[in-house]
Amino acid sequence: MTYGYTGKFTEVNLTSSCITDVSLDEMVLRQYLGGRGLATKILWDRLGGQWSHIDPLGAENLFLVLAGPLTGYMLGSRICVSGKSPASNGITGSTASGEFPVEFRCAGFDGLIITGRAESPVYLLVTDGQVEIRDATKLWGLDGKQTTQAITKEVRGLMQTRRPDFGLWKEPGIIYIGPAGENLVRNAAVMQKWTHACGYGGYGAVMGSKHLKAVVAKGTGPLPAVAHPKALPPLLQKTYDEIFVDPQRGFWGTGAAGYSTGAEASSEPVRNWQEEWHDEKSIGVINLETRNWVKRYWSDFGCPRACMKLATVRSGPLKGAITDNPDYELEAYCGTNLGIFDPDGVVYVSSVVDDLGLSGINSANTMGFAAELYQRNILTTEDFDGIAPTWGDAAAMGELAKLIAERRAIGDVLAEGTFRAAKTISELKGVDVTPYAVQFKGIEVGAHGIRTGHHFPYLGYALSVQGGDHTSIPRPPLSEASAALTDSLVVCNISLGFGRTDHIWPFLKVVTGWEMTQEAWMTVDGRRIIQIQRAALLLGGPDVFWDPLVDDDNPPRWYHPLPSGPYKGSAPQRDEVLEMRKTAYAEMGWDARGIPTTEELESLGLHDVDRALAPLRT
Amino acid sequence: MSAIPIPTLKPWVVRDYIKCSGCRLCEIACSLHHEGKIWPEASRIRVFMLVPGVEVPHLCAQCSTYPCVAACPVDALSVSEETGAVIVDNAACTACGLCIAACPGEIPHLHPDQPHIVICDLCGGDPECAKICEQAGYLALFKGSRTQRGAKNYDLYAKNPEEITANLVVNLYGEKGEEFIE
Repeated sequence: MTYGYTGKFTEVNLTSSCITDVSLDEMVLRQYLGGRGLATKILWDRLGGQWSHIDPLGAENLFLVLAGPLTGYMLGSRICVSGKSPASNGITGSTASGEFPVEFRCAGFDGLIITGRAESPVYLLVTDGQVEIRDATKLWGLDGKQTTQAITKEVRGLMQTRRPDFGLWKEPGIIYIGPAGENLVRNAAVMQKWTHACGYGGYGAVMGSKHLKAVVAKGTGPLPAVAHPKALPPLLQKTYDEIFVDPQRGFWGTGAAGYSTGAEASSEPVRNWQEEWHDEKSIGVINLETRNWVKRYWSDFGCPRACMKLATVRSGPLKGAITDNPDYELEAYCGTNLGIFDPDGVVYVSSVVDDLGLSGINSANTMGFAAELYQRNILTTEDFDGIAPTWGDAAAMGELAKLIAERRAIGDVLAEGTFRAAKTISELKGVDVTPYAVQFKGIEVGAHGIRTGHHFPYLGYALSVQGGDHTSIPRPPLSEASAALTDSLVVCNISLGFGRTDHIWPFLKVVTGWEMTQEAWMTVDGRRIIQIQRAALLLGGPDVFWDPLVDDDNPPRWYHPLPSGPYKGSAPQRDEVLEMRKTAYAEMGWDARGIPTTEELESLGLHDVDRALAPLRT
Repeated sequence: MSAIPIPTLKPWVVRDYIKCSGCRLCEIACSLHHEGKIWPEASRIRVFMLVPGVEVPHLCAQCSTYPCVAACPVDALSVSEETGAVIVDNAACTACGLCIAACPGEIPHLHPDQPHIVICDLCGGDPECAKICEQAGYLALFKGSRTQRGAKNYDLYAKNPEEITANLVVNLYGEKGEEFIE
């Protein structure tokens, strides 16, 4: 047996309703671990030979649900979803926390490989050792809160009927899509617990394309056996102790940055990145905590950090909104980026995007882009079906989110994501609007700017194999392989400090028995994953292809000097960035055109990847 | 000044539901202690989350009348003189489930793998769930004591998670919360 794994990976073909177990040998697990790494391996093995012909929203794409060996063991519990991304046409490992991953593992599963397309809406129910395809016709069209409520009731009832002697059944774990995923919005998320999103990559749309509303898990077993069981409790306690002595991060969560990243770091999106500085004290954490938070600490299974909070709007026109925090990213994207600086407004817009199953970062980037086109009179209220998306108007921004999720009026174009919408609107309106699109290779950027030179690196997102994903950028001295590590073990990358990996190795040893080193991961195993992701991204297609020399670059806006704040006038020099890019290409084992070299790929044993890239080199 | 001794003071896990973060470190600590592995469904304390954000740690309240013990047809349940906890004799238990039916909060449940019931035994007087929750600083659970006077109060905590959820959801989310009550 392989410690730390249930060893069970199951393929579900939604076209034929065929369900079969797939075996993966230990060597593959050792090299790719799980989650993002294993997704890369599975996707490449099955689709690599015809990558650019695979439609991410076609039945031929795969939807992967993958845990990792440390899921449930180390600081919380996350699940990774993947497939060919409808946003980047590459591969993204997209993770979110909740109890689903633990239920999934306790039901005896490490992964699902979902293929084909169901004729009518379905959900998958995963219970001890088995997977069932169940009708979801009545769930189609429901928002996140309604979906969670309906599935919780149905599945608890089912378990209670199947095994009434057990006593009371707890709720199942659920990953699901909202209306945005059903309507194939390219930045729709796979959601969990109302508010937690596998956001980057647009996998909500992949689920929607397969008519898959949800994957539901209820397991009654233990987590998979560990190699050194006696060493586990002290290791857990050691990690808890490290976190418990630093209570302030959990106390505020990441939301405290909603003010300081604008006022101090000056690297926060303000009105679609027209500025990155604000000194709006209203968005400060103290106002959210005193006005909106109804639960100061909100965690997922096994997480001692509790950086999430529960927030509501209790009075006024936006009353009834419920979301988490909002954390930094959504304070920025559903707040400052839309010119919204009051806590009620931020909570409201976050709640609306959650309910619709939109990725709060990605879709609110698109909303900010649309609002700027409204500001510039390129789009009018007529385009918006009567809505006036004026900066700061939370109610109007909520309506805009619905317009996108339901693909009404210009929402149908915006549902394609910022990059594709910019191209279409430029054609429709005869005005080049691409300079207002702040995104990287089809993936809207996270809420961290680069222009001050002190926040995110000049050449981070531009080289990322996951586009604008702020959790996966190559920044010195870390390489992107460190993000691939946490995403492959499927553990949180922030609870002990962003990008930190030293605490991982002892856990991996106790759980799997494997002695792995940071150096081996960074130079071989992690690097292998990044190279496959890079290859898939460059092969791209079928609707969009990336040219590294054009697209391994920052959006035009980020070369404009900051117009305000303590770093006024600051911006990277493009020629310097392009010089840096040459060096980075060499370090990554990519040639002068940004394509992984034969030598690099051969050294990692990726002969087929090398062959697949040959046409790009001619 | 020395405290007035109360001879019958027994440990009790004080529960403050609204402070529960849902971290489930209690389930981890409990199952590691009793089973030697992380096993949420074998944990003697189970956190119900029937509505996201509304977490209800569900565990034995040691009712003054012990209806579960009275209902057991095979004398598999007894009360610890030292702690007041219900002790399960796994070998004697037939997993008939009558104790679940007798419990006002439907708190006991079957062990997922073995034919016996699981009920909180207060870890012999030093409950692991309360210990970790206190360390974490949430104090959703902490070790207190069960006094003789006002003993009936403790009985009220033997409550079904649906009922607790129906109260908490309104406390947290106001009127909007009513939409999520089944």
